[in-house]
Amino acid sequence: MYKVVIGLEVHCELKTVSKNFSGSRNEYSSLPNSNVATVDLGFPGILPVVNKEAVKKALKMALALNCETPDIITFDRKNYFYPDLPKGYQITQMHKPVGINGYVMINVDGVDKKVLIHDTHLEEDTASLDHFGNYSLIDYNRSGIPLLETVTEPCLNSAKEAIAFLETLRSMFLYCDTSEARSDKGQMRCDVNISLMKEDAKELGTKVEMKNINSFNNVKEAIEYEIKRQTEILESGGKVIQETRRYDDEDKKTYSMRQKVDAIDYKYFVEPNIPPVKVTSEWLEEIKREIPMLQYERINLYMNEYGISRKDATTLVKDKAIAEYFEDGIKEGGNPKTLANWIVSIIMGHLNKFEIGIDKIYLTPKMLMELIKVLDAGKISIKQAKEVLYKALEEEKDPVKLVDELGISQIGDDSEIRVIVLEVIDENSHLIGDYKAGKKVFDYFVGQVMKKTKGRANPSTTARILREELDKR
Amino acid sequence: MDILKLNIDDIREKLDSNEVSSQDLFDASLDMAHKYQDEYNAFVTIMDKKEESDGKSILRGIPYALKDNFSTKGILTTASSNILKDYVPVFDSTVYTKLKESGAVLMGKTVLDELAMGGTGTTGHTGVVRNPWNKDRLIGGSSAGSACAVALGIVPFAIGSDTGDSIRKPAAFGGVVGFKPTYGRISRYGLFAFASSLDHVGCFTRCVRDAAYVTDVLKGQDEKDMTSLEDDGKVYASLIDNDVKGRKLFYIKEACDIENYKDSNDDELLETLKKFHENLDKIRSLGIVVEGVSFDKELLNAIYPAYMTISCAEATSNNANLTGILFGPRAEGSSINDIMFNARTQGFSELIKRRFILGSYILQKENQEKLFLNAGRVRRLIVNKMNDLFKEYDGLIMPSSGGIAPLFGTKSDQLSDRYLILENHLAIGNFGGFPSISLPSGFVNDMPISINITGRVMEDDVVLNMANKIESVMGYKNIVAKVGEKDV
Repeated sequence: MYKVVIGLEVHCELKTVSKNFSGSRNEYSSLPNSNVATVDLGFPGILPVVNKEAVKKALKMALALNCETPDIITFDRKNYFYPDLPKGYQITQMHKPVGINGYVMINVDGVDKKVLIHDTHLEEDTASLDHFGNYSLIDYNRSGIPLLETVTEPCLNSAKEAIAFLETLRSMFLYCDTSEARSDKGQMRCDVNISLMKEDAKELGTKVEMKNINSFNNVKEAIEYEIKRQTEILESGGKVIQETRRYDDEDKKTYSMRQKVDAIDYKYFVEPNIPPVKVTSEWLEEIKREIPMLQYERINLYMNEYGISRKDATTLVKDKAIAEYFEDGIKEGGNPKTLANWIVSIIMGHLNKFEIGIDKIYLTPKMLMELIKVLDAGKISIKQAKEVLYKALEEEKDPVKLVDELGISQIGDDSEIRVIVLEVIDENSHLIGDYKAGKKVFDYFVGQVMKKTKGRANPSTTARILREELDKR
Repeated sequence: MDILKLNIDDIREKLDSNEVSSQDLFDASLDMAHKYQDEYNAFVTIMDKKEESDGKSILRGIPYALKDNFSTKGILTTASSNILKDYVPVFDSTVYTKLKESGAVLMGKTVLDELAMGGTGTTGHTGVVRNPWNKDRLIGGSSAGSACAVALGIVPFAIGSDTGDSIRKPAAFGGVVGFKPTYGRISRYGLFAFASSLDHVGCFTRCVRDAAYVTDVLKGQDEKDMTSLEDDGKVYASLIDNDVKGRKLFYIKEACDIENYKDSNDDELLETLKKFHENLDKIRSLGIVVEGVSFDKELLNAIYPAYMTISCAEATSNNANLTGILFGPRAEGSSINDIMFNARTQGFSELIKRRFILGSYILQKENQEKLFLNAGRVRRLIVNKMNDLFKEYDGLIMPSSGGIAPLFGTKSDQLSDRYLILENHLAIGNFGGFPSISLPSGFVNDMPISINITGRVMEDDVVLNMANKIESVMGYKNIVAKVGEKDV
């Protein structure tokens, strides 16, 4: 058996109004080449102007990733020729990234793991190229969009861990409101470095790089394929070649793209057009205050403080809005376990069915809590409560009002039920003898009470009072 | 028309008194430009239609020339390179916008050394620029055409860019004033980048006062250029007549003391230095203290190599956008990479390719420390030394060159003291972003010579003030090449 060593380089487009160094819109899915400024096209004479919001969001992520942040923000040029890079260089951060030496906690099958972050840095995205038979099309909409590249240490040891890290990282972008982080829109893309080594080996095995994998599922399959491929090579006494491979998601295999004799020399140097910007401690504090409690911490809080299962806690925190809904319910005095049950089973079912966010439903956490109170007071049955909740969600109504409108609240009050019980006994006085004689007429009396109350009388209360009154006769 | 040979104040007066119209001046300027074009080749483009503007500045209605590496929307901008020979920009440089708003009238775009790289004015794609004082001599570069146009009296002022001495050297060889203010004083937005950390915008005029007028129009912070400075709120033209008594200047003894060259038979150099010291005496008569100081010779010898190292490295990267994909001539090729490769192979001259290869070599991982970063250290040492001296002195005064404009085809000894120091010290102004001005200071062999004053960062007003006073005692204000008598 071999030990698998994986390092990830994750690119994620940041959510900003304009691009990283120009005023054109940072927006997905418009017409090709519609969000383009001269700066994005690298015309002679253009100069970059840094988007402060992008820097702020990058710093926010660096802090969320527990990174050390620099005293000044500087940028560097990464020089290489490619048609998707109109300036002939990419503005990135080499010497002073927004974050270094960080870590992220992940949980894989109930086991915690600390994933070490080498660095996270702010750069600009390239244009996108589409290759056809004998021509290629270039769309510069993507050119210059702020991109945060997060590089892990080679510290992941399975596809599962890699995916857990990617999911955790994506959740951090969503929780921090720094990116939509959607891989289907190409906003999140991943390079995978993977090598195999003998369990007792001291040095890492030969690394294979797989570039630009565009979905988590493909990352998983690519890793699994590579583990199999490299294991077979090593088992048969061969050597893994250091190279860049491409993952083909149609036949689920990886193919060699180019062998790496030497790494490409990008001739990095400091971008002279951007003066260094000081990062003040006040600014960092301000950014820190905007970082919400993240998934990993919330799961632990829900489990340890509220006694919720890992499964339910994990479900609740998938979407920050749902987690906040849940927490608002607790603030309204709700029992966390009960709340969690209702949200996970009914509300999230509804959200999935209609593919909407929790912010789109009429039902507030307070309304949900009021309904649970009515249930707890025994005024309605659990079955009724569920029905009311479904109806409330679908018809966008306050469920407690719905209980009134439907007239389904139970009559649980002793005196109210006693009045009806006395009526029923009086109307059926000819059966009292049968009751006393031990004939089976009790259920008939109950049935009559239910008939008169349209089934709303609390069954156990009704039975108790009926016996009391019958026994008195 | 002789009015174009006047300075800005006098032209203003003639315009305001309706003695001449702006259209007359424009037409006259075009006539002269066309008349001299074949012989001197100052222009890539001569305009044919006057732009209308309702600008209110002192420059309104006055024609000027713009170096052909400033982006002008709808007007061909070639940087004198084949790779941009048909490039028509889609946006205006800030400098051009400001001049338009000021009411100044663009009459032509001037020839430069290809992509502003070079100091001879001989490498532009449309041919060699000649010196108006003597057609057998070059005018220097890279802002060759702008210097030439002002020296010929086609325009009273022209705009240039200066990365090592690209305004001040051709100004010196052409007998005109060349000024580049503090780095960031004028926006670089729309200037085709050569070496971004060294690139400056500046102007050519025939007197210091006019340089102040033009700089007053051009200066100011630009949100499109992050390196541009907050405006200092000063009107330089109103400060140039201030008293300079008690100001202190220094010159570098190693470069300027004649006894250092006692074994030399370079008469031109000796004559230039003799005149320099004569001028220093005139300057002292203004109450300015001028002293020789010693500067580390090794640092001085390192100016040129450090400049070449930094500028070639930055230039390689800055010009990587010229691939023929988005603009410029599209080359043939079987793949995208081939197309880019062929466009660059065909589009650049050998000289430019040589600089790019040097720049690329300098930036290679294994060479960065030894070459690129060391050059940066030399730059910093020189700037530190200058700033030390600026604690005591208000400026550095030097001959702008060790001699006069060279004849075409002469090769200088690039390892000589004259070459390494006297021909290259102007780059100090670019290393530190110091304001620096060159102004005519006499003649040697019927060719103009020049002195240069370089001052403290931000003290553009002080440099212009000293230069204006010095100009008045040297007596070479408003000179125009006598081409009418000698050559035409």
